[in-house]
Amino acid sequence: MNWVWNNLDLIGELTLEHIRLSIPPILLGFLISIPLGFLAYRFKLTRGLLLTVAGLLYTIPSLALFVILPPIIGVSYLSEVNITIALTIYAVAIMARSVADALGSVDPAVRQSATAVGFSSWRRFWQVEFPLAGPVILAGLRVASVSTVSLVTVGIFIGIESLGYLFTNGLQRRIFAEVLTGVVMTVIVALLIDAILVLIGRLLMPWTNPGTRRSANRTATQLPLAQGGGAR
Amino acid sequence: MNLFTEAIDWIFSAERFQGYNPLGLRLGEHLWFTFLSLLLAAAIAIPLGYLIGHTGKGRNLAVGISGAARALPSFGLIVLLVLIVGVTRAPAAAVISFVLLAIPSILAGAYSGLEAIDRRVIDSARAMGMTEWQILWKVEIPLGLPLLIGGLRSGALQIVATATLAAYIGLGGLGIYIFEGLPLRDYPQMLGSAILIAALALLLDALFAILQQFVVPRGVTAGRVRDDRATSTRRRAVAGTPAE
Repeated sequence: MNWVWNNLDLIGELTLEHIRLSIPPILLGFLISIPLGFLAYRFKLTRGLLLTVAGLLYTIPSLALFVILPPIIGVSYLSEVNITIALTIYAVAIMARSVADALGSVDPAVRQSATAVGFSSWRRFWQVEFPLAGPVILAGLRVASVSTVSLVTVGIFIGIESLGYLFTNGLQRRIFAEVLTGVVMTVIVALLIDAILVLIGRLLMPWTNPGTRRSANRTATQLPLAQGGGAR
Repeated sequence: MNLFTEAIDWIFSAERFQGYNPLGLRLGEHLWFTFLSLLLAAAIAIPLGYLIGHTGKGRNLAVGISGAARALPSFGLIVLLVLIVGVTRAPAAAVISFVLLAIPSILAGAYSGLEAIDRRVIDSARAMGMTEWQILWKVEIPLGLPLLIGGLRSGALQIVATATLAAYIGLGGLGIYIFEGLPLRDYPQMLGSAILIAALALLLDALFAILQQFVVPRGVTAGRVRDDRATSTRRRAVAGTPAE
C-alpha cells in the first residue's frame, strides 16, 4: 500500500483525466441516441436498419475499433478524437435501442389522450412521451456510462492516458498495488458518474422517487400519468 | 482508403501463412481460448442461473453482480490476475479473467430465460403433476433456451474482445499483430488484424444469432401471435387505466 501513498498525485491526476475522457462520449451518446432512438421507434424500416447497425457496431471489440476508425474519420489513431468518437459509437449503440424501447413502453392510451387534448406531435413528444420514457432511457444511459468508463482504460494502448496507465505500468514494474488501484479507481469513477446520473434522474423525474413526494401535492388527474412513468 | 487496400494486402500476403507468426495459429489460439473460457463460464453460470430462475431466490444478488461486473475494466482484471498467479502462468490468469467476465451475461441469460416464461405455463405443468425436475427440464429449459443462447452470445463476444487485449500479456491470439504493429507504427498490419478481429466477432455473433432462432421450441413458433404484452399488461396493472 506504500505505493498508493507515494503516488497520490499521479492517481488523482489520472482519475481526473479519466473522468474528462469519459464525459464527452456519454453526453454525445445521449444526445445522438435520442433522434436515432425516435427514428427506430417510429418507423419500421428505420427500426430494423438502425438497431441492426447498432448491434453490429457494438459487436466490434474496442481495440479493433480504435484501429479501424481513424482512417475512416480521417484522424490519427493516436488522437484523442479517435477514442472519443469510438466510445460515442458504443454509447449510441447501447442507448439507441433503449430509447426506442423506452418510447415503445409509453402507454398508448396516454399518447392518444395527449393527442386528443390537442398536443401537437412535437409538444407531445417532449412533454408527454419523452418524460414518461425517461426512467427506461435513464437505465440505458447508466449502462452506457458504466461501460464507457471501463472502456476508456483500453485507450492506453493507443497512447491515451487514463487510469489504464496504472495497468500497463503496474504490469511492467510488477506492482500489485498499482494495478489494484487502477481497477478500484475505475470502478469508483463508474459508480460516481452512475450516482450523479441517478441524482439528475430524481431531480428531473420526481415522480419516480420511491415513496415521499408522490402522494400529497399531486392532484388526482396527474396521478395515473405520473405513476405510469414510474412503473418499473 | 489506400490504407484499407494495404491492410487487405497484409491479410492475404504469403507471410501470413508461414514464418514464426502464422495467421492460422493466432486465429486458432483466439478461438481456443474463447471456446475454453466460454465452456468453463457456462459450466458455472448455467446451473447457478437456473437455480435462481427456478426458485426466484437470489435474483437481486445476481442483478447486482452483473451490474457491478460491467464496471470492471477487463484489461485491469487480466493484469491483476497475472500478478496474482504469476507472470509465467499468464494463460491461466487470462482464462480465469475471461471466465469471470463471461459469467454475468450467461447468468443473466439463464435466469431471465426462466423468469420470462408466463407463470401460467409453469403452474399448468405443476398442476398436471410434473415434478420440479420435470418442470425444469421439460418446460423451463426449452422455453428459456433462446435467452440463454443470447447470454452465451454476449459472453462469447466479451471474451473475444478481451482475448484481443490479452495478447499484451503474451497470450497470443489475433491481438498480437496489433501490439507488434504499435511500436513499429506498422499501420497496415494493425489495421489488417483489427479487421480480422472485427470479422471474427461479427461471425461469432451471426452464428449465435442463427442458433438463437434455431432453438425456439416448435410449439412456441406454431402458437405465436403478435406479442404486444410489453406495451399493455404491466402499465395497466400499475397505472390502473381501464382496458380498451
